[in-house]
Amino acid sequence: MQTLFLTLALFLVLNLGAGMWRVLRGPTAADRMLAAQLFGTTAVAILLLLAEATGGAALRDVALVFALLAAVTAVAFVRRAWLYTEDGNDSE
Amino acid sequence: MTASDYLCAALLIIGGLFFMAGTFGLLRFPDVFTRLHALTKADNVGLGLTVAGLALQAESWAVAGKLLLIWLLVLLAGASVSHLIAQGALQRGMRPWKR
Amino acid sequence: METLIAGAIDVALALAVVGLAWGALASADLFKAIVLFVAFGLVMALVWVRLNAPDVALAEAAIGAGVTGALLLAAYAKLRAASPDANVARAGGMRGIGSISIRILILLLAAALGCAVWTLPSDYAGLGKEVAANIDRSGVSNPVTAVLLNFRGYDTLLEVMVLLLALMGTWSVGATAPQRETAPGPVLDSLSRLLAPLLILVAAYLLWVGAHAPGGAFQAGAVLAAAGVMLLLSGWRLPAALAALPLRLALAAGPATFLLLAVITVLLEGRLLQLPPLWAGRLILIIETTATISIGATLIALFLGAPPGKEDRQ
Repeated sequence: MQTLFLTLALFLVLNLGAGMWRVLRGPTAADRMLAAQLFGTTAVAILLLLAEATGGAALRDVALVFALLAAVTAVAFVRRAWLYTEDGNDSE
Repeated sequence: MTASDYLCAALLIIGGLFFMAGTFGLLRFPDVFTRLHALTKADNVGLGLTVAGLALQAESWAVAGKLLLIWLLVLLAGASVSHLIAQGALQRGMRPWKR
Repeated sequence: METLIAGAIDVALALAVVGLAWGALASADLFKAIVLFVAFGLVMALVWVRLNAPDVALAEAAIGAGVTGALLLAAYAKLRAASPDANVARAGGMRGIGSISIRILILLLAAALGCAVWTLPSDYAGLGKEVAANIDRSGVSNPVTAVLLNFRGYDTLLEVMVLLLALMGTWSVGATAPQRETAPGPVLDSLSRLLAPLLILVAAYLLWVGAHAPGGAFQAGAVLAAAGVMLLLSGWRLPAALAALPLRLALAAGPATFLLLAVITVLLEGRLLQLPPLWAGRLILIIETTATISIGATLIALFLGAPPGKEDRQ
């Protein structure tokens, strides 16, 4: 079971890396924020798997805090920053 | 490996597949609204199955309860944030992608 | 087999961290840089977990990814509001690094750091043994809390002071123009009503659990600040009656209590912050509680930016 937990955690970390591409590409600000939200949820799953595999119960608290705070960042985006982003200027 | 271990493994693997589907959708879908849709699949079903599988392995009811709480919070946050982003996108004039 | 997979996880996380950091620094679009920085904080928390530091991971998740993300986004909004026609695209990104000599210098520094880490003795236990030997006299059973609040309480005292100083600096800079704000819709309203009490509860839990498991005042204060930020974003404003003295009391409670304790220990025991073992547990709890309130209030006030009463249309 240990191996399964760790393999799934690795799989999710790779998923995280793939999600990075959406942050880099955009094209709109909402897309970037969406990808950050996916990062948060994937990180929660990784933490829960690691908690079961090697890390101990404290990691579940970290996952709880993650779940709560990802919402706060997204709300800050919607209510504050989104009014001012120039969408579609992906000059990278 | 007991029966619950097999069940846990199955739940976790299917949950992982949903996570992959969510990431895939985020990368490949054509506009914000469809990507939101893919994202919440990873949130709800992917994390839900993962939590279900891990709850089977949990050492006490308190731990299973905490796992369930985490999933419910992610559900709540995900649903609300999706609504806010989609509403904001519509207000900014983004139209859903049509074939 | 398991160590192989764990090693692969570590390598993937390391690459992700470096990639995100590079992206955040090199991106020409300021908003993209902010989102990459928030993602960097998330992955950094995972790195701390893999390095066996759940306390730091909690702090990174709460402060680095959560409150700092909201702070940066709000600052971005104020920046764009203040100068709408300014070009916030950062010219050049990484191309701004400039001459070849600077790049060589950076590479040398990276190589030196790498060598230093590589040649660390593999059985380096740090101060773990000494802490474990003395933990019974510290009043708590979590070694991190024992070090932060008892053995090296002086550092934590300074940190709490620094946070207050940062707020004073921000308040002295002055207010920006007020921002128009639409009414929150029903979804945002219910979300904040559900999340804010939950966040306060989680903050109290982290504060209490810090004595025997990863947690503590800074993590709890950051989660408390997240609750306040959530309420502020949903249109709630501090009632004017609370904005003057009670707010300042909340801000000063942590540093003042800690300072008072420091003075008392110098007078009674002769040494700064030498907590008597019999009282240590209770004293640490008192300090942590007041520190949590202060840290939460300070971070919320930093998010607001201007002292309430001066410009309260933000």
